[in-house]
Amino acid sequence: MGTRRDFLKGVLASGAAAACVAAPPAAARETRPRPPEALGLLYDGTLCVGCKACVAACKTANNNPAEFSTVDHLWDTPLDTSGYTFNIIKMYRNGTMDAKDQEVNGFAFMKTSCMHCGDPSCVSACPVSAMTKDPVTGVVGYNPDKCIGCRYCVAACPFGIPKYQYDSPTGRIGKCELCRHRHKDGHYSACAEVCPTGATLFGKTSDLLAEAKRRLAMKPGELNRFPRGHLRPAQEKALQGKPDGKGVMMRAGWRDEPDQSYETPAGKYLQHVYGEKEYGGTQVLKLSGVNFQKMGMPDLPPDAAAAMSETIQHTLYGGLLMPFAVLGAMTFVAKRNVKPEDDESGKGGN
Amino acid sequence: MANNNHAAPAPLGGSLVNAVTLICGVLIAIMVAVLLVRFLFGLGAVTALNDGYPWGIWVVVDVVIGSAFACGGFSVAMLVYIFNKGEYHPLVRPALLASLFGYTLAGAGVIFDLGRWWNVWHMFSPWSFNPNSVMFEVAVCITLYIIVMWLEFAPTFLESRERQETRKKLNKVMFFLIALGTVLPMMHQSSLGTLLVVLGVQIHPLWQTPALPLLYLLSAITMGYAVVLFESCLGSSAERRRLETHMLTPLAKIMLGFLAVFLVVRVADLVVRGALPKAFVPSVEALMFWLEILSFAAPLILIGAESNRRNPARLFLAGVLLMLGGALMRLNGYLIGYETNIDGAGGFTYFPTLAEVLVTAGMFAIEVLGYIIITRRFPVLPREDVQAAH
Repeated sequence: MGTRRDFLKGVLASGAAAACVAAPPAAARETRPRPPEALGLLYDGTLCVGCKACVAACKTANNNPAEFSTVDHLWDTPLDTSGYTFNIIKMYRNGTMDAKDQEVNGFAFMKTSCMHCGDPSCVSACPVSAMTKDPVTGVVGYNPDKCIGCRYCVAACPFGIPKYQYDSPTGRIGKCELCRHRHKDGHYSACAEVCPTGATLFGKTSDLLAEAKRRLAMKPGELNRFPRGHLRPAQEKALQGKPDGKGVMMRAGWRDEPDQSYETPAGKYLQHVYGEKEYGGTQVLKLSGVNFQKMGMPDLPPDAAAAMSETIQHTLYGGLLMPFAVLGAMTFVAKRNVKPEDDESGKGGN
Repeated sequence: MANNNHAAPAPLGGSLVNAVTLICGVLIAIMVAVLLVRFLFGLGAVTALNDGYPWGIWVVVDVVIGSAFACGGFSVAMLVYIFNKGEYHPLVRPALLASLFGYTLAGAGVIFDLGRWWNVWHMFSPWSFNPNSVMFEVAVCITLYIIVMWLEFAPTFLESRERQETRKKLNKVMFFLIALGTVLPMMHQSSLGTLLVVLGVQIHPLWQTPALPLLYLLSAITMGYAVVLFESCLGSSAERRRLETHMLTPLAKIMLGFLAVFLVVRVADLVVRGALPKAFVPSVEALMFWLEILSFAAPLILIGAESNRRNPARLFLAGVLLMLGGALMRLNGYLIGYETNIDGAGGFTYFPTLAEVLVTAGMFAIEVLGYIIITRRFPVLPREDVQAAH
């Protein structure tokens, strides 16, 4: 029969187990910053004219089919990102829509695509490492050959970016990968490549952040010079393009293109670079004249949820120390309490 | 020594064809039909899933709630073998059987929901391991636990004379299997709570806390005992067997102990985080929160007194209420309290389709049918001197 002592041992073992679960974070995993060479985009809503050239270019670059939201099915009209649409321009409308970038009785544009978080929830969530973050470029990429389609990434992303193709028996996750498949040919993100006003710029996030800060310091309405396409750092601007031997001019690893900057009056910016601090910082940055939450961007804390999740996970399972300790305790107690069931079969077996 | 004072388990016998098994058969057939469509045409063809609600009842009910309902085996085995309470030994086999089915089906059910199920082997490939992922831990741990449970239960199938050798070998390592069978569910039942942490601000503050692993573990243990009360009462009445009140009454007291600890942690966490005021804001979330809390709290009143714990009807009801409370906490965390920050085209909503419900019903039908077949053909339930006629 069970003695009080055995019972107490059980209490101790389970207490140890419970303590493991409740233990405070031993070494909290801090929110990860962007890699120093991180690539990204700067989207400036005040420069965007809503032409959606970037939406079309994204479809072509990623080989995605058109999606229809109108009866006539004439052209690609997605209303949101989806498993087949990785980038769209959304429009904010209010009242009489008199003026652009005005919250009341105005309208504004916002690009919706992957933010390429410094500390992405989707990468932390993915059980099979199908979602990964490039250690150098920081691009959050997706590998359909590993993906099991559990959609934990879809649930985890606070921006609602990874999306699944529910209409297919072999559906994939679809999301912007910053056109990383075009990088090897020296091409940068298609959305930035085609943007006629420079509202979407491609470059290193550190350069883009400096450019964003430069814009926030501008006086609204004042004539200023704005780059288009690929934002190059000063040292690259000075370089000359060189042929790559296949008839293409390259400069610092990317296709050479003439300076496309132009002059235009500065917009009325909110003094907030969205993505500078959100979730520890994202590689895609955004500027807007209208409140970001009104534009559909979530209000996020400076710490990434992945940091908290991994802190808990590694506190409990780091090196599998805790599970083995508890298992050891349980084995010790069970060894004393479990008696072979042979007597039972001798008595009751049929 | 744990089991010497009890009647040995014996098959119940009786026909396998009756109204219940026939209904189960029909439900299972319907499920197979729905799944055929799902695998041929994709998840969208039969489910209401969308990018605002990527997880529906196949995940939340079949796996998250289903596996918590299947904690009876773990809870009772812990009581008998870790706390050395041999008097509950006759409850181990039936509870383990229900757990075995619950978990095996939860594991199998995941496959229906996986959009790229043929890649599932990557979960067990070292080149794909992601130890940062809570889902990875849950998946590996549940898989191991299913294997451990089959081994724990195997002696039941090995009682014939020819298989005594295998049985003896298995019994020699049984203590280790039992230890594993205690640690593994602790790991993944707590992780089923941790799963929500990475969803961050998308989960309503009433259900988003770093204490999620502890809350899910404590509630799973409590639900484990509740399920045993539920199954024992239901089984006794369905098979016209004596009620096991002599074991259920003290078991219920242990259950209330775990419940009290759970409730203290649950409320203290809400107070410490300052989330409690959210429960008083008129909203669907607040309403569901109170339903959840009341389901958890009601059994304290219902069977708080020793005399009330001898009343089988009250025990049954308390068991059902605790199962409901635990189910609601999981449903609330995963679906009601989940809100993507994106508004989407006209906002996302999710309500399960009939096809989704039929698959979930089919899964439960397999559990019931399997339980009936095995208890009638294999020695699971304690032998009764006078068995009711079948």
